[in-house]
Amino acid sequence: MKKYWKSLEEHQEIKNKGTLDKKAEPEFSIDGLSQEEVKGKASRRDFLKMLGFTIGYASLASSCEMPVRKAIPFLNKPEEVTPGEANYYASTYFDGKDYCSVLVKVREGRPIKIEGNTLSPITQGGTSARVQASVLNLYDTTRLQNPFENANESDWDSIDGKIKKQLQEISSANGKIVLLSSSIISPTTKKLIGEFQDKYPATEWITYDAISASAMLEANEQSFGKAVIPDYKFQNANVIVSFNADFLGTWLSPIEYAKAYARKRNLEDSKEMSKHYQVESYMSLTGSNADNRYKIRPSQEQEVLMALYNELAAATGVQTYELIASPVDVEPIAKDLLKNKGKTLVVCGSNSLKSQLIVNSINHLLGNYGQTIDMNNPLQTIQGMDKRMYDLVDRMNRGEIAGLITYNTNPAYTYPEADKFVQGLQKVSLKISLADIEDETARHMQFICPDNNYLESWNDAEPKPGHYSLGQPTIQKLFNTRQAQESLMKWAGIEGDYYLYMKDHWESDIFPKQDQYSTFEKFWVQSLHDGVFALRQDEAAQPKFNKPDLKPDNQPKGNGIELLLYETVAMGEGRNANNPWLQELPDPISKVTWDNYANVSPKYAEENDLKNEDLISIQKDLILPVLIQPGHDDHTVSIPLGYGRTSGGRVADGIGKNVFGFIRNIAGNMAYSGNNIEIKATGEKYPLALTQSHHTMEGRPIVRETTLKHWQQDPDSGNELHDKVEKQHVSLYNTPSFPNFHWGLAINLNSCIGCGACEIACQAENNVAVIGKEEVRKRRIMHWIRIDRYYSEDSDNPEVFHQPVMCQQCDNAPCENVCPVAATPHSNEGLNMMAYNRCIGTRYCMNNCPYRVRRFNWFEYANNAKFPYNMDNGLGKMVLNPDVTVRSRGVVEKCSFCSQRIQDKKLKAKKEGRMVKDGDIKVACEQACPTEAIVFGNLNDKKSRVSKAFANPRNYHLLEELHTLPSVGYLTKVRNKKSIDAEVKHESGKHE
Amino acid sequence: MYKTKVRGVIIEGNKSYGQITRDILAPIDGKTPRWWFITMGIGTLMMLAGMVAIVNTIATGIGTWGLNNSVAWGWGIINFVWWIGIGHAGTAFSIFLLILRQKWRTSINRAAEAMTVFAVICAGLFPALHMGRIWLAFFIFPYPNTRGPLWVNFNSPLFWDVVAISTYFMASATFWYIGMLPDLATIRDKATNKVKKAIYGFFAFGWVGKATSWLRFETTVLILGGLAAPLVIAVHSIVSMDFATSVMAGWHTTVFPPYFVVGAIFSGFAMVLTLMIIIRKVYKYQDYVTDGHLDAIARILTFISLIMGTAYATEIFIAWYSAMEGEMYTFFHNRIAGDHTAAFWTMVTCNVFFPQLFWFKKIRSNIWAVFVISIIINIGMWFERYVIIITSLTKDYLPANWAPYAPSITEVGIFVGTLGIFVIGVLLFLRFVPMMAMSELKGVLKDTMPAKKKAGKTPDDPENKTL
Repeated sequence: MKKYWKSLEEHQEIKNKGTLDKKAEPEFSIDGLSQEEVKGKASRRDFLKMLGFTIGYASLASSCEMPVRKAIPFLNKPEEVTPGEANYYASTYFDGKDYCSVLVKVREGRPIKIEGNTLSPITQGGTSARVQASVLNLYDTTRLQNPFENANESDWDSIDGKIKKQLQEISSANGKIVLLSSSIISPTTKKLIGEFQDKYPATEWITYDAISASAMLEANEQSFGKAVIPDYKFQNANVIVSFNADFLGTWLSPIEYAKAYARKRNLEDSKEMSKHYQVESYMSLTGSNADNRYKIRPSQEQEVLMALYNELAAATGVQTYELIASPVDVEPIAKDLLKNKGKTLVVCGSNSLKSQLIVNSINHLLGNYGQTIDMNNPLQTIQGMDKRMYDLVDRMNRGEIAGLITYNTNPAYTYPEADKFVQGLQKVSLKISLADIEDETARHMQFICPDNNYLESWNDAEPKPGHYSLGQPTIQKLFNTRQAQESLMKWAGIEGDYYLYMKDHWESDIFPKQDQYSTFEKFWVQSLHDGVFALRQDEAAQPKFNKPDLKPDNQPKGNGIELLLYETVAMGEGRNANNPWLQELPDPISKVTWDNYANVSPKYAEENDLKNEDLISIQKDLILPVLIQPGHDDHTVSIPLGYGRTSGGRVADGIGKNVFGFIRNIAGNMAYSGNNIEIKATGEKYPLALTQSHHTMEGRPIVRETTLKHWQQDPDSGNELHDKVEKQHVSLYNTPSFPNFHWGLAINLNSCIGCGACEIACQAENNVAVIGKEEVRKRRIMHWIRIDRYYSEDSDNPEVFHQPVMCQQCDNAPCENVCPVAATPHSNEGLNMMAYNRCIGTRYCMNNCPYRVRRFNWFEYANNAKFPYNMDNGLGKMVLNPDVTVRSRGVVEKCSFCSQRIQDKKLKAKKEGRMVKDGDIKVACEQACPTEAIVFGNLNDKKSRVSKAFANPRNYHLLEELHTLPSVGYLTKVRNKKSIDAEVKHESGKHE
Repeated sequence: MYKTKVRGVIIEGNKSYGQITRDILAPIDGKTPRWWFITMGIGTLMMLAGMVAIVNTIATGIGTWGLNNSVAWGWGIINFVWWIGIGHAGTAFSIFLLILRQKWRTSINRAAEAMTVFAVICAGLFPALHMGRIWLAFFIFPYPNTRGPLWVNFNSPLFWDVVAISTYFMASATFWYIGMLPDLATIRDKATNKVKKAIYGFFAFGWVGKATSWLRFETTVLILGGLAAPLVIAVHSIVSMDFATSVMAGWHTTVFPPYFVVGAIFSGFAMVLTLMIIIRKVYKYQDYVTDGHLDAIARILTFISLIMGTAYATEIFIAWYSAMEGEMYTFFHNRIAGDHTAAFWTMVTCNVFFPQLFWFKKIRSNIWAVFVISIIINIGMWFERYVIIITSLTKDYLPANWAPYAPSITEVGIFVGTLGIFVIGVLLFLRFVPMMAMSELKGVLKDTMPAKKKAGKTPDDPENKTL
């Protein structure tokens, strides 16, 4: 082979050696290498090895199936939808009982959160746990996805044809058609029902409320000639006396009342607060907030009312009645009432005509009508007269009803004699349910025409005369459902859709009543934008009061145990039973989740040797676990309604027991109490899932309290410790500095009523997982904000304290310095942050958090069939907030002060070139709170509301003596009662 | 280096050098006894149970444990601290006694060090397993990374735990292994089986017993010992910091570091005692592990137990003296009285009262009594960790958070598993490693021979030439 050279040196080399192949000594030993390898070539063997590996690996890599993820971009982008930005639509929540004007937060076309509408003069931006949770009902897999005929899926056309035909047949045969519904407050729907009745004249519309106030309607009819529920103005009342009315939790219009009640009691701008007496049998949410609380048996209510009436009548020189001795000394109550004549409010929650008549008389004596009670502006959310329902079931059983349409009501579950109702159903030839799930009633129906969710529907509401409220769809219908109103329109042969029907109604009926807008379009657009529209109200004289005869009737009195049925904050009449958020919301008082139970007093339990979780039989056939409830009446057993669904959905079924069967018919009104109840211990146990099992503060200064009198004299009262601790704060380290923002939260313990709306709001906002009864029982609830509830020492009739606790965002946080991987550092805005993807789950931070607000993902809660709530299916996951990470198994999570909201508003301010203003950022709990107990803001801004609260002498920090420097402050609890010293003296005197 | 005279007889039975070799190597050379297989079987079953529990934990989540929002550490950390305590035996035993030139340690140190290694392995499992995301455990190591770089939190005692335990494990294992070299060489030299010769030869590191080797060997051992001695103190001090740096009542205690170190040595010595009594009985090593040895350990235990008592009393006194609400509650209403009374008084009885029985010579010389008390001490030490961890977590500052705790079967399973690992480790040690340091025994043999027998039979007997 010819050799070429490039340089003279090379040439010389070639000449000398004759070759260029000379190589340096190999660096590594070449022992054991094959000839080819030494030369640096691949052998046949190596080739085959490589080939084999390549083919094998390629096939392995390509055979792993990768899920195909489709992402379809908008061809034409909708004008309003900007990915990453939320839209808010005003709408209306009304479930047949609770009314709330809301704003629906929609992200990328999905409603994900409900906020209160501050423009509403009724709810004023407040919400309740049920309202907050209602968004999850939209994404419920239990919802029917098609119309059904005889339990078979069908289609709308064929169903409509058959229904129309049958309706006409019944009409022509002069049969009776009944539209059975819960209370309807939609003026358009009422008009529609009227037109339906025009088309089928034999149609009768009956309103049935499972939890009814018909006695009150009846009483007002007798007293004032108007069967209405008046407008109660708690904000005008200096003295409130409530008899078994849980007006802060469940009674009539709790959001509205809570707001008014708290405004009168927050002691922020005023030095005065109202005085609240509660006379009740079980420990209600309202009772827990009372200044003075008395416990009575349900049957003693009228005695106490009469005693109070007599006391007042005697003082005002009106005729008194002879009476049986009252179990409660009403003198101090009467004194307070008389002192504040015209500025008091006496309410009664029991569905008894007599009681309501006495209450009316008392209020009349005190001159409350026109002051704290307005008969001219009635609340329309409860309209059902129980007599008509009782009557209907009888007629059904007599075979007098040919057609029954049920709308938003479930009598096969809620009616006291559900069996009788179901039997009566057999004699009805046309049975239509408009329920959105196959509930207990719908199961027996021939046709189920599933209604839309309220977030998919157009609707309106008129909770009080002249107060209009609009509901608009925020998402395209998810399933092949149809709004109930549209179904009625179809059957009545009305053309068009309900939206146009409603708009027409507004144009023809409501628009002419107002004088603010010149054109209907302007009026309509503004009303839709605001969600509410209120007509100007003219002052009118209160109707004349007809004095009833209050002569006590000789009711047979039992000495036995009495029964009381009540509604809980979460479950209501059971409508929300399939909502896992509400099932897992700890009851504000008992702190029980996922069950109902029989409340008994500690004394009763001791006498009968009962412990928590012991099973007892009540009237033989009902078996329930015992819950010992401090402050409960000793001769009463009380049980929450709304549980024991049998066809409520996969979450609801089998939880608790149905106790609607215990409702008694007393003079045509449903009485939610009973006499001479037989109770026996079964000797068995049943586990209850409580989120709190220790109930006293152990004398620690956790909730600091004082009395109004003390506080008026010394605003530091009850909070003396705060100054002492502040002086003792010494540190070797530099005090942390926060140059721009220092976020803080103030909680007014006088405003907080413990209702739990914040807990659900936080759950919805922050994608907090539902973990189920078993896990809650293991004390692993995931809520980022919890409400601690403490009782004062006297278990017979304790004072109750509610204290919301979330991450305190300590500036000297114990959790931060113990994390080995620095997953929870402090931000320069004073936030204690949590980096989920850095967390390895040592849980050291949880142990070192004295507030125990950190939560651990013990399991994978999302996409896990073992947690069949809302995060295991695609539909349920649509509710998740895209701004908040869904945490994986093994990481710690906690309240972030809604950092996504802070960020959002900061960016907005930045874009607008301004600083964030006080009140711009509202954290989820703050926004949901019906009583404005929570205030969020910048502590660096001395004018912010939160800074003002921090400067309030009532302000203190939880466990401040540990020098954690929390960014959350609490304002002391002030009760308007006799002085603590006097109370203590009185107590000790009693013991001697 | 063994120049000082020791009191008393360390090796009884008038042994020759060859006799020692034969005695110590008998379990290795002889056939594997039946009880060994049976115990091994039990140990393996226990380990398998642990494996099931571990797989369950990793596959399903920490939710399989009995922990909750308030009690985020339970048996996992209790057992971690317990094992670490036991793991202090070997190093404390051999190193402190080495530095103090206590020659009676020679017949025990090898076994004690082996125990240390296995106990630390068991202990090390827990911090890893109790992590929520064990697959990211490497986050805890400070190494340059592309995540920022994001460093660990050097303020966290948990990080130093990892550092201390891994250092301690490596130091103990090295110390143990280096000390074994001459003995491994002896086995190699005596082995007739080729495979055995090769294996032991490999591990003997080419030891031939040159005078320079011995010199280096002894220096290395002493230096390693000197280095490891502060580690013993550091490891448990750092473990105690896990608690002491926190704000929890009953944890936030400055007495913890010495208290924990002493406690660890206490439990370690007790475990050594338990094990040596079994070994000397099973292998008939009464000549090597004499009654004098047991007596010495028992005396030490008595003394340490008094320190423990003082520590407990100090804690309680300070809680009262501080007049701090939470501390007072934890000690007086949740330990001395309250839900966890039984655990607290078990701890006190086992750790403070029972060891006082060793004041009586009759009890000290009763092997059964010593054996039982040694086990009682370790039960007591387990309860000590239980009391510290559980009482403070179950009832903390806000009564609303008070929650009970009971271990789940998975947690118990993991504990059983570590017991299995320990048993297997010890059995392997007994079977394949000379369980006493032959070279060191021979080193002290001459000085401690009973005087009158010295004349009759000396270590220089012809038969020793075979060595």
